[in-house]
Amino acid sequence: MDFNFTDEQTMLRESVSRYLADTYDFETRMKTVNGDAGWSPAVWKAFAEELGILGAAFAEDHGGLGGGAIENMIVMEEVGKALVIEPYLSTVVIGGGFLKRAGGGNADAVIPQIIAGQVVIAFAYAEPQGRYNLADLRTTARKDGDGYVVNGHKAVVRDAPFATHFIVTARTGGGQRDAGGVSVFLVPADTAGITRRDYPTVDGGRASEIYFENVRVDADQLLAAEGDGLPLVEAVVDEAVAAVCAEAAGVTRKLHEGTLDYSRQRKQFGRPIGEFQVLQHRMVDMFMEVEQAVSMTLMATLRLDEPDRAKHVSAAKNKIARGVRFVGQNAVQIHGGIGISNELAIGHYFKRATMIEGQFGDADYHLRRYESQMD
Amino acid sequence: MDLNFSDQDLAFRDEVRTFIADHYPPGLKAKFDEGEELSKEDFLSWHKALAAKGWAGIAWPVEYGGTGWTSVQRYIFAEESARADAMRLLPFGLNMVGPVIYTFGTPEQKAKYLPRILSGDDWWCQGYSEPGAGSDLASLRTKAERFTGDDGKEYYRVNGQKTWTTLAQHADMIFALVRTDPAAKPQEGISFLLIDMTTPGITVRPIITLGGEHEVNEVWFEDVIVPVENRVFHENKGWTCAKFLLAHERTGIAGVAASKRGVERIKTIARAELDSFGDGAQPLLANPFFKRKVAELEIDLTALEFTELRTLAGESQGKGPGPESSLLKIKGTEIQQRITELALEAVGHYGAPYFRGFGEGDNEHPIGPDSAHRAAPTYFNVRKTSIYGGSNEIQRNIIAKMVLGL
Repeated sequence: MDFNFTDEQTMLRESVSRYLADTYDFETRMKTVNGDAGWSPAVWKAFAEELGILGAAFAEDHGGLGGGAIENMIVMEEVGKALVIEPYLSTVVIGGGFLKRAGGGNADAVIPQIIAGQVVIAFAYAEPQGRYNLADLRTTARKDGDGYVVNGHKAVVRDAPFATHFIVTARTGGGQRDAGGVSVFLVPADTAGITRRDYPTVDGGRASEIYFENVRVDADQLLAAEGDGLPLVEAVVDEAVAAVCAEAAGVTRKLHEGTLDYSRQRKQFGRPIGEFQVLQHRMVDMFMEVEQAVSMTLMATLRLDEPDRAKHVSAAKNKIARGVRFVGQNAVQIHGGIGISNELAIGHYFKRATMIEGQFGDADYHLRRYESQMD
Repeated sequence: MDLNFSDQDLAFRDEVRTFIADHYPPGLKAKFDEGEELSKEDFLSWHKALAAKGWAGIAWPVEYGGTGWTSVQRYIFAEESARADAMRLLPFGLNMVGPVIYTFGTPEQKAKYLPRILSGDDWWCQGYSEPGAGSDLASLRTKAERFTGDDGKEYYRVNGQKTWTTLAQHADMIFALVRTDPAAKPQEGISFLLIDMTTPGITVRPIITLGGEHEVNEVWFEDVIVPVENRVFHENKGWTCAKFLLAHERTGIAGVAASKRGVERIKTIARAELDSFGDGAQPLLANPFFKRKVAELEIDLTALEFTELRTLAGESQGKGPGPESSLLKIKGTEIQQRITELALEAVGHYGAPYFRGFGEGDNEHPIGPDSAHRAAPTYFNVRKTSIYGGSNEIQRNIIAKMVLGL
């Protein structure tokens, strides 16, 4: 057993952390959030070229640095600490996760472009009716000659407005919720027949409703054998959940630190409010949630390749969904009025924390999934 | 003891129900349902309709133009309002400064202000919190220095800053706690002033909150001249009015009827949303985890309701709202917050789109169900309830000290 990071992993964390501390302050982030584009291509370019982190989790054969889920965990924790809105999760963790596992021509062609910062991927999986069930698909891919014709509506596709490619789940067979019959395609965003409705998200990101109307895709755009895509989707989503847990660890760390700082500065009744025992205990409880978020993230990340992966990932997400709520709500509570002001960072961490709760399944969903796999 | 309504109560209920159905402004309902920001006229439209009927001063004594309703009638009115999704009238005039004026004010103050509060002609806001005085309200520093004007009359010159002032952007009047004796102990040097918002030297600056709303403000006072006759109660005794007002504010804060409606709305959403598990035909409300949370919420709300009814019964026997109202404030706001948590959970993915950011005019594709549009902003907004009106930590201190004698 070894919980130590390698020298390369420590360097990765330090370089991301330093870059974000130097260039990604709250005001700069809010300019991007409120800008027309909704993300910063310059930051993405810096991730690719200046920092070289977009290849950290890819194999050397594809031009990467040979890392994997632990590298993603490190980057995502820093993403959480700085509330980064650029699409590392969508592009590297999810897009890269699909391509790595799919291998073949798509991986060879696209992974180097991800590493170079030229490709941005958005994952179009959720549908209006489907809630968190990854197999609940009304989007269809009908066989047509050598390829397929895709029709359907994908809901709340994060990072879609600036994506170059979508990874799309669609039914090539089976009933609406069947495990069989799910296929996964890599689709260029500018393919004919795709329309989007773009909008901001409450936590500062951008997303789209995506409508597929007779969109033609080729068989070589499949990322798993036709109809057998669900296990691949589940594996990648579990890796994404672990990454979101890492982000939560970063977000809650900052919420807790910010609250501690505030409680030392803010004076009421003639002394810093941090001297009141009721708030001290609350901040201790927050601290314990942050520490457990880090622990559960590590646990899930290290078990991503085990046969009972799903159980461990759901355990982490359930624990962390409850933890981010507790930490976020109490950070706001201890800040008082300024905790709900849009002008300070604390409220934006709270908003992101709140969206993390539900991303890829809320606490109840993952509790139920865990229960279903308990001995 | 009897839990059933009398025949008169039932007749009253029908009268209220009919009145709301006939007079609730349709435009207001549409905007409220859509989660649109309400204009001053929107807020006032329902107020004026109730005032015309003589129903604005729900808890006021008859001699000041109030309804003189029994606690049961007030309960019925709140229930019927919530049932029709009618907004509650803003509390600043009717539930806060109004009772202070009719309890502590001079005959001139009563004659001048009370009718205009009832009619809605004066919009009031609350000048309590300051950047340095939140939970520790008595440490407030906005100062009022007394002087004799050239006309031989007595005035205060007010300087300082208030904050978190709800809807001050619409206000005609502000009631403010100000320090009139800097040398006295914190609670003993405060006075309660009524200040015309058009007085030179007052500046209102917006504070935008997490859901993007402009609901609260900073209010700055720079050499604002206020006639001494605008002071309520004795000089340096304003803390008495402040405490009286906060206790009144707390009872209204329980919001039982509105929370009942909130629970109903969650059930409606959870019947329409489908569970992630099962065959796909099962509503979220049938998910045992979700259903259990709704059930616990309902039970806690029932406990709050009967605690409030007991408090109201005590009040109708002449006991004013006391420190027990802190219990209603804590439990009421916790329930309001849980309702918003469940609503956000229930809408799933569609909690993420930021409705305020949607482009105008592109309505070809609606984004998610209507119930989802305000779920996250409301969840964020309602975090304020455990902070305002004396934070829930302060309320627990009050109960510990005043009720438990610790």
